Amino acid sequence: MSWSEDVFSVLDNHQVSTIATVPDAGLSHVLSLCEEAPSKKVVTLTTEEEGVGMMLGLWLGKQRGALFMQSSGVGNCINALSVMASTRCPCAMLITMRGQWGEFNPWQVPMGHATQPVMEAMGVYCYSVEQADQIAETFDAACGLAFNGGYAAAVLIHQRALGTKVF
Amino acid sequence: MDQHVTLPVDDEGRVRRRPLVAELMAHRGEALVITGLGSATYDVAAAGDHDNNFYFWGGMGLTAMTGLGLAIAQPQRRAVVITGDGDMMMGIGSLATIASAAPDNLAILVLDNERFGETGEQMGLSAGVTDMVQMAKGAGFQKAATFATEAEMRELPDLLFSTPGPVFCVAKVAPGNDARVLPSTDGAYLTRRFRDAL
Ligand SMILES: Cc1ncc(C[n+]2csc(CCOP(=O)(O)OP(=O)(O)O)c2C)c(N)n1
Ligand SMILES: [Mg+2]
Repeated sequence: MSWSEDVFSVLDNHQVSTIATVPDAGLSHVLSLCEEAPSKKVVTLTTEEEGVGMMLGLWLGKQRGALFMQSSGVGNCINALSVMASTRCPCAMLITMRGQWGEFNPWQVPMGHATQPVMEAMGVYCYSVEQADQIAETFDAACGLAFNGGYAAAVLIHQRALGTKVF
Repeated sequence: MDQHVTLPVDDEGRVRRRPLVAELMAHRGEALVITGLGSATYDVAAAGDHDNNFYFWGGMGLTAMTGLGLAIAQPQRRAVVITGDGDMMMGIGSLATIASAAPDNLAILVLDNERFGETGEQMGLSAGVTDMVQMAKGAGFQKAATFATEAEMRELPDLLFSTPGPVFCVAKVAPGNDARVLPSTDGAYLTRRFRDAL
């Protein structure tokens, strides 16, 4: 089973029914699994911070959501994350990293470099994963922290686990 | 709105927001209400606190998207967003997200004073060439309209609380800050209270 299938099972186990995303290449398989599943709804966002606002609305309505994005999108979410801290709304995030090891595009590097510090400054617990076979179990732990504790928790999938984008 | 209700207007004939919101909230029924930071939060609180009101105190630009999440999570309930023009403009791209998701139980009301009321009434973009209703239509809203007079605003209760959504309404309201009516600022409390009341 690929990590995407395992992550899909984690979503099921945590009763996550809505996924909000601005897509990234590394997320495409798990997103298509979600799109095909009758139990799940995928909402495509204009910009990533919208997804943070949406996580609060889902939680207010007693549903569970998750947010999938590329590391660049974390920069768009900074002030929105203050709402998660202020409300203790669960916010489970799966983030594919750019701008790390072997990055071809130097324009990705500044935000990739800042992704984890910026999230930690906003109170998000971050778990970096370098091996594909650890993605799902780490996301399971992040979902547990989010939904059982009322925290924002993110899994940062390192480019080593995904392979780097080449042109 | 009842025919006999006369909404107060300012000396230029613009409807005042506080009595407008009070009149609208009298029709809320079972609706779940999310308010944008600043004056919209005070207006809705002034109409009477309610366990199924969720008030933003920050997160400018996010109110409409929280409404979308709520509408998806509670498809049998009406979800209503009441917010300011500044908050809506900051998240204006979310109109595309919402129109595409197309929840039939969501309505958005923008109280458009054409100003950043909370921060000193600086003129906002909707005072000029920008038309949020045209933006909403371009985003894909089938039901989007501006309401400038009291007579036009008589349609608002139906549009907000019963017309199949997604609905986008802009009510042009008088400038001027009403007395601040402050609901709880404890976001964790407001969240838990809201969920427990479902
Ligand atoms: C990201 C961000 N930028 C700026 C502010 C400062 N601010 C608080 S309320 C507000 C204006 C809100 O305007 P509007 O939504 O039109 O509300 P109203 O005029 O009804 O008070 C601004 C600019 C903020 N809180 N957050
Ligand atoms: Mg305003």
